[in-house]
Amino acid sequence: MKNIENYSRRNFLRNMGLASGALVIGTTFVSCETQASVPAGPSFEPNLFVELKPDGTLVLLCSRSEMGQGIRSSITAIIADEMEADISKVEIKQAIGDERLGNQNTDGSRSIRNFYDTMRMLGATTKAVLIQAAANTWAVNPSECRAENHKVVHPMSGQELGFGELVETARELQVPATADLKDKKDFKFIGKKLKNKDLGAFLNGSATFGIDIRLPGMVYAAIARCPVAFGTLKSFDDTEARKMYGVLDVFEIPPIDRAFGCLGGVVVLATNTWSAFQAKDALKIEWEYGENRDYDTDSFISDLKSRLDSDEALLVNEEGDVDAYFKKANKIVEATYSIPHLAHAPMEVPNATALVKADSCEIYAPVQNPQSVQEELEALLGFSKENIVVNVSFLGGGFGRKSKCDFVVEAAWISRKIDKPVQVVWSREDDLRHAYYHANSTSYLKASLNDKGQAEAWLHSSAAPSIASTFNKGADQSASWEMGQGMTSIHYDVKAKRFVNPSAKAHVRIGWLRSVYSIVHSHSVNVFVDELARAAERDILDFRLEMIGPDRFYPEIPAGEEAGKHAFHTARLKYVLQEAAKSINYGADLDEGEGIGLAEHYSFRSYVASAVKVKMVDGKVKVKEIHTVIDCGQVVNMDAVLNQIEGSAIFGMSIALHSKITAKDGRIEQSNFHDYVLTRIDELPEIKVTVVDSEAAPAGVGEPGVPPIAPAIINAIADATGVYHRDLPLADHGLV
Amino acid sequence: MLNLQYYNISVMNLRINRKRYKVDVPEEMPILWVLRDVLDLTGTKYGCGKGLCGSCTVLLDDVAIRSCSTPVIAAEGKHITTIEGLESYNKKLQQSWEECSVPQCGFCQPGQLMNAAGMLKDNPNPNKEEIQERMYGNLCRCGTYKRIQDAIDLTINS
Repeated sequence: MKNIENYSRRNFLRNMGLASGALVIGTTFVSCETQASVPAGPSFEPNLFVELKPDGTLVLLCSRSEMGQGIRSSITAIIADEMEADISKVEIKQAIGDERLGNQNTDGSRSIRNFYDTMRMLGATTKAVLIQAAANTWAVNPSECRAENHKVVHPMSGQELGFGELVETARELQVPATADLKDKKDFKFIGKKLKNKDLGAFLNGSATFGIDIRLPGMVYAAIARCPVAFGTLKSFDDTEARKMYGVLDVFEIPPIDRAFGCLGGVVVLATNTWSAFQAKDALKIEWEYGENRDYDTDSFISDLKSRLDSDEALLVNEEGDVDAYFKKANKIVEATYSIPHLAHAPMEVPNATALVKADSCEIYAPVQNPQSVQEELEALLGFSKENIVVNVSFLGGGFGRKSKCDFVVEAAWISRKIDKPVQVVWSREDDLRHAYYHANSTSYLKASLNDKGQAEAWLHSSAAPSIASTFNKGADQSASWEMGQGMTSIHYDVKAKRFVNPSAKAHVRIGWLRSVYSIVHSHSVNVFVDELARAAERDILDFRLEMIGPDRFYPEIPAGEEAGKHAFHTARLKYVLQEAAKSINYGADLDEGEGIGLAEHYSFRSYVASAVKVKMVDGKVKVKEIHTVIDCGQVVNMDAVLNQIEGSAIFGMSIALHSKITAKDGRIEQSNFHDYVLTRIDELPEIKVTVVDSEAAPAGVGEPGVPPIAPAIINAIADATGVYHRDLPLADHGLV
Repeated sequence: MLNLQYYNISVMNLRINRKRYKVDVPEEMPILWVLRDVLDLTGTKYGCGKGLCGSCTVLLDDVAIRSCSTPVIAAEGKHITTIEGLESYNKKLQQSWEECSVPQCGFCQPGQLMNAAGMLKDNPNPNKEEIQERMYGNLCRCGTYKRIQDAIDLTINS
């Protein structure tokens, strides 16, 4: 098998933490999406393994972070299925940060879609080696043997040997030239509802999250940071703080001016978290607020809105003569939309535990990207990466927040100073006031309709601070990938399109939050199309299908990619939209005050449509039903897909109904869950998820379920009331 | 120097999951931090520190409370049940959670489970509205509410 080898007798195994005496089959995996900054492992070292011990234990190394998406269970399903292994004999080892493993950054909903084919091959090849080992032992032809339930059997003679018993013989074998993958119909685990491997630990309190790490001699730290982003410390008075119970020390931590560096501030060291939090609040601090001292989100949004349709805005792309179609239009429709800053607010706050020694360090942290921790700490401490051991705990939610490791940098800086293990814990207030916020955004859309009620010209202007500003402080135009998340990538079948991007300066740290700019563009585009359909006096479902247009790849099949593997195809999007409409019984009579809304969006290579039913009672909205249909290609773990898409409905409801981060005088106004409001169980609607049975390559699941929810809710309210609420959240319109 | 006028530090006897513990901390220290940082019982989670998210829920003599905002002195002479002790308190609830595959990231689930345990102790057969009212205070950012509802229903009906 190309690139897959038997590494059982190679020397490197020990320093990869693999046991001697085991059968180790491995391969070098290089992702086409590997970031340029993270080199893949050197070609002579494999970075994906199957390790089978003589006692039959099958050890799989999980190089991705577990944050609720069930990746540890999905990896198990893929390998065990192709290997015919017993899933209960699988032991998952969480990988430390190690550049030899290739890019470990767990974001972009890509873990499965990147690894699926390679992992299947690895499982199938290992099975073939085990069959060969058994055939050699019995002196029979391997074609007479088969693997089942963690053993190899020879039906003609009735002989069988367990996988573990075959390890010694298998270690000496070459991998075969070919190995057959299973037929989809023979899958035992792939595509089925699987129990999360870590379920037991989650339900009895034994799962170790970052905040649960306890090291001998460890102390706790809380940090007071400037309320205005990038402000600096002038002076502080710690007299009262130092008198408090449990307080050990108070000192300054400087800002570290890197994207994932830290904001700096005043550290309180204590024997416990409570004392650290209390004493932090007792500090009297004078700050130099700096250039963001006047940041006011209301006037910021107003300013962006005023420049959406201006001539100074950057012209990103134009196809066809938009102005000509506007000139001869039968009707012109235009609308402006906005979404405020959002915060990730994972239930587990940012935290990290560090033990820095003279020339090495140990980190324990809930991070989405242990390699970026290594990069930051290499810069901070000057240690080589192999001396920076990053242990990845369970993540109590990530949503993008935990791929920015500023909190680990803080812990390492403090541990180096005090020469002790330390756990930095952010309070919820810290988390909401010093996040890497989802960009607040404004969008302006304008389209022309001809006399048949068909859209011809399409103009889309979007202004929002860019994530690029976090890496390059001056950046004030959207990155092209940001606009590619549903704006410039729009597949609508119109005669002319123009895309415009007014500048937007960042005044806080801007970062990616689950679904990223797809939240922005799915919202404005899906609501606008709804408005357009009503203006054209057309059936909304028909109009949406017509906008997507004829069955075709769009824009075209990317170079070097197998036809249909990951290229966007309009038929798949239309299918999920029609199924969602069917699921909610679109077109049927509605009760008084009820409305139905649709939205569809393609992101992270998955096709998702949501249909929502709302009921208006005394001017308030009640979301009654959310029906989501997803085509994410071949499903690996059905239960994980259902759970993610159910959860996405709730995540989307929070965005639509409640959540907003605002700034006044440079300060974030929200502080905890009473004013950063999230959807609670009393708002739980009926949620129905349908997963399309698809042969296509696996696509993303963690993020694509979120973008259609908010616009479908807005559209449903418009269906009930005739009013489109274009600025989120709906709580601002008195609807909640 | 430590200013003792701020605190009433005393030796307190606690009973947690049927075991006895002695702690010597300020009486106003919240139960949450005594559990987590003094006794290393880390199954009970910090989420907000203000009783707004329910992640820290434990039972104090069968009543679900927010341990982040309840001083440890309030637990003296009473019995604390945490997620580590749920199995012997209400195993059926834990099994329902497993049957319904409720968790995603799992972080809020100890609080969800303990809050549900307290609710069912008080009212073994709540209707949907009562469940939503009683579980309202427990946030789940992953959005597993549908499965939480299903798991509670399963516990009631089994």
